[in-house]
Amino acid sequence: MSKIPPKQEGDPNTTGHSWDGIEEFDNPMPRWWLWTFYATIVWGVAYTIAYPAWPLVSSATAGLLGYSTRAEVAEEIAAAEEANAGINAQLASAELTEISANAELNGYAVSAGAAVFRTWCAQCHGSGAAGFPGYPNLLDDDWLWGGDIEAIHATISHGIRNEEDDDARYSEMPAFGEILENEEIEQVVNYVLELSGSEADPALAGPGAEVFADNCSACHGENGMGDREQGAPNLADAIWLYGGDVEALTETVTYSRFGVMPPWTQRLSEAQIRAVALYVHQLGGGE
Amino acid sequence: MTDQAPPPSLYAAREPIFPRRVTGPFRNLKWVILAVTLGIYYLIPWIRWDRGPNLPDQAVLLDLANRRFYFFWIEIWSHEFYFVAGLLIMAGLGLFLFTSALGRVWCGYACPQTVWTDLFILVERWVEGDRNARLRLHRQQKMDARKLRLRLTKWVLWLLIAVATGGAWVFYFADAPTLMVDLFTGQAHAVAYITVAILTATTFVFGGFMREQICIYACPWPRIQAAMMDEDTLTVAYRDWRGEPRKHSQEAKTQPMGDCIDCMACVNVCPMGIDIRDGQQMECITCALCIDACDDVMERIGKPRGLIDYIALSDESLERDGNPPRPTWRHVFRPRTLLYTALWGGVGVALIVALFIRADIEMTVAPVRNPTFVTLSDGSIRNTYDIRLRNKNNDERLFRIFAKGDPALRIQLEGTPYASVPVEADTSHLQRVYVIAPPGSDPADAARTQVRFWVEDLTTGDRAYRDSSFTGKGDAQ
Repeated sequence: MSKIPPKQEGDPNTTGHSWDGIEEFDNPMPRWWLWTFYATIVWGVAYTIAYPAWPLVSSATAGLLGYSTRAEVAEEIAAAEEANAGINAQLASAELTEISANAELNGYAVSAGAAVFRTWCAQCHGSGAAGFPGYPNLLDDDWLWGGDIEAIHATISHGIRNEEDDDARYSEMPAFGEILENEEIEQVVNYVLELSGSEADPALAGPGAEVFADNCSACHGENGMGDREQGAPNLADAIWLYGGDVEALTETVTYSRFGVMPPWTQRLSEAQIRAVALYVHQLGGGE
Repeated sequence: MTDQAPPPSLYAAREPIFPRRVTGPFRNLKWVILAVTLGIYYLIPWIRWDRGPNLPDQAVLLDLANRRFYFFWIEIWSHEFYFVAGLLIMAGLGLFLFTSALGRVWCGYACPQTVWTDLFILVERWVEGDRNARLRLHRQQKMDARKLRLRLTKWVLWLLIAVATGGAWVFYFADAPTLMVDLFTGQAHAVAYITVAILTATTFVFGGFMREQICIYACPWPRIQAAMMDEDTLTVAYRDWRGEPRKHSQEAKTQPMGDCIDCMACVNVCPMGIDIRDGQQMECITCALCIDACDDVMERIGKPRGLIDYIALSDESLERDGNPPRPTWRHVFRPRTLLYTALWGGVGVALIVALFIRADIEMTVAPVRNPTFVTLSDGSIRNTYDIRLRNKNNDERLFRIFAKGDPALRIQLEGTPYASVPVEADTSHLQRVYVIAPPGSDPADAARTQVRFWVEDLTTGDRAYRDSSFTGKGDAQ
C-alpha cells in the first residue's frame, strides 16, 4: 500500500470504484477495437440478408444466396449415390455366390448392408440382429428357409407370408386346437420337448409320439428335424422362435403362428437387397 | 474535470511506436533466437527421411487424410494421440518453469508475435531508416513520391514475408515439394490456398500494424503468466534507488543526482512503447532491449552497467539498504522451479518409455455386447469379438489368432476357415472372431469366464495378447 504513489496530474482517470484502495483505470479502448466492433455489426446484418435468418409466420427469409441445409444434405446424398453408382451396378449384376470372394465388393456390400439393416430391419430383428420372440435371430445357425446366400437373398426379396408377392415364402401350420383334444396337445407338446432335449414328462411324451407321427411329421419330419423346403422349423434343436416352454408350445400348437415379413423388392433396390443379404450372411450363421 | 472540458473519447487511436536500433548482448541473443526459430519453421518441412516405398519421405508430416503423424523415425497413429497430448503438457510445464524463473521470456524472445514483429521492424528500418527517419516520415502529412515509394517497398516486403509464412505452414500437412509445385501451378486444394491466405493476412496485419496491440489486448498469456511470477522471478526492472533523482527532475535541483541522465534511450528502443522506469507494467514483454540501450549509455558516461537489469523483486530491499543482491542461481533454483523441472522431466521420461515399449503388434479386443451371446442350434453358446489388428510394418504380415482360457472353448474366424489373417502394410484390419462353448460346458453355463486372445506374427514369432471375458448363460438363467 505504501508503495502506491499518490495520484498526480496527468494520471489516467479512474472509474471511481475503489476496493481496499485499489482503483480501476478508465483507460479508453483502442480505436481499432471499435472498428472491429462496427465491422461485426455490418457482417451480422449482411449475413442475415445473404443467409436464411428472419422468421416469418410459417417460414423464414430464404436469403440471397439461396442456401439451405436441407438442400445441402440432398446434394451430399445425391453426390454419394453418384459416387457409388458404379459399385452398386457391379453389386447388382455380379454372380451372387461369387461376391464374397471379391474383397472390395464384399467389403462395400457388408458396410452398405449394415446401413440398410439398421434402417429397415432393426425394428423387428433388433439392432444387433439377435431378434425377439417371433422375430428370428439372424446370428445363429438355425434357418427356417435356408441360410446360404441365395436362400437369404430370396427370403429378403419376396418376404414371408405376403400376398402381394407370388414368390413369397409361405408356410401354414393348422391351428390344432380345432383338430386335437386338449389331452393330445399336452402329449405332443411333451414329446416335442423331449425331442429337443428339454425337460419333459415321459408319461405324456410316450403317447405324444403317436400324435406327432399322425399330425406333425408330414411337415416337421419323422424326427422333428423340420423341412426347409416348406419352412417347417427344426423342433429337435435348442432354438425356439416363439419360446420353448410348455405354455408357449401349447399356444403354438393350439392356435398356430403366422409371422410375416414384407417383400423388400418393393422398397429396396437390388443392390441394397444383395448388400443386406451379404451383411446378414456374414453375421455368424451364414451357410 | 471541469464543465468546460470536452468529454474524453471512449476510444483511442493506436500510438505508433518507432523502436530505435539497439546493439548489445540481449539484442544479439534475440537475433540468434530469431534466426534459429524462423530457420526451424521454414526449413523443417523440406527435410527428407527415407521410410521405404509405401510411406512418405518427409521427416515431419501431419498426414491428416490418413491420420498419421510422422516425426523423423517416429510414426504416430491417431489412437496414439496421447503422445501429442504429452508433448503439449511438456510445452505447458516448460512455459511454467521458464515463467516462474525468468518471467516473460517466452514473450520477449520466442513468441511468434515477437519474432515476426522483430523481423518486420528490421525490414521497416532497412527501408525507411531508423527511429528519427521513420518519425519524420510518419509526421510528413503529404504523400509524396518518396513516402509512397518507401511505404510500398515496405509493404511489399512485409507481404512477401507474410506469404512465405503462410506458405510454409501448409507444407507441414502435405508433401512439401509436390505442394510447392501445385501451389504455383494452381493445382493445390482450396484448403491450402485458404490457409495460406488467412495466415498471410494475420502475419501481415499482426506483424506490420497491430504489433504490441496483440500482446496487450488480444493475448491471454500475459494474464496467466502474472499468476506464475513471484518475488524470486527475474524480471526486467529499473534500479530507481540508483537512478533517481534523474536529471531534469525537480528533485535533482536540490539533491545529488542519480545515475539516470534521462536520455530516453530505454524508452526509444522499447517495442511496446513504455517507460520501464515507471516500474513493472502489464505491457512489458521483458525483451531486455532497454537493458542493452541503458548499458550502452552507462558505459559511455562512465557509470556501472545495470541501471536497468534482470532483477528479482526480493533483492530490491536488499539493494536499497546497500547490500549486494543474492546470487542469481539462488533465485533460479528454488522449490517451485525444481518442482516444475521434475514434472517436466517426469512427463518427458514417461513419453520416451512409452515410445520404446510401444508394442510392435497392436491389437484391441472389443467383445460384441449386442447380444452378449448367441445360442446355436446344438445348444452351444457363442460369443463374438471384434479384434482390430494394426500392422505398423512396411510389409504385409500374417497374424495367427488364438484364445486361451477354458479348454472347452473353441475359436473360429469369420470369413475364413483358417486360424490366421493377412494384414496389409501400414493398415489396420478388423477381424470378427467367434468363441464357442459346447452345451453343458463350464463357460456355457457360467456368467463369465476369462479368456485371453493371443496374436502371433507367423514370420517373426512376435506375440501380443489382450484379456477379455466370455459371457455364458449364467446371467440369463
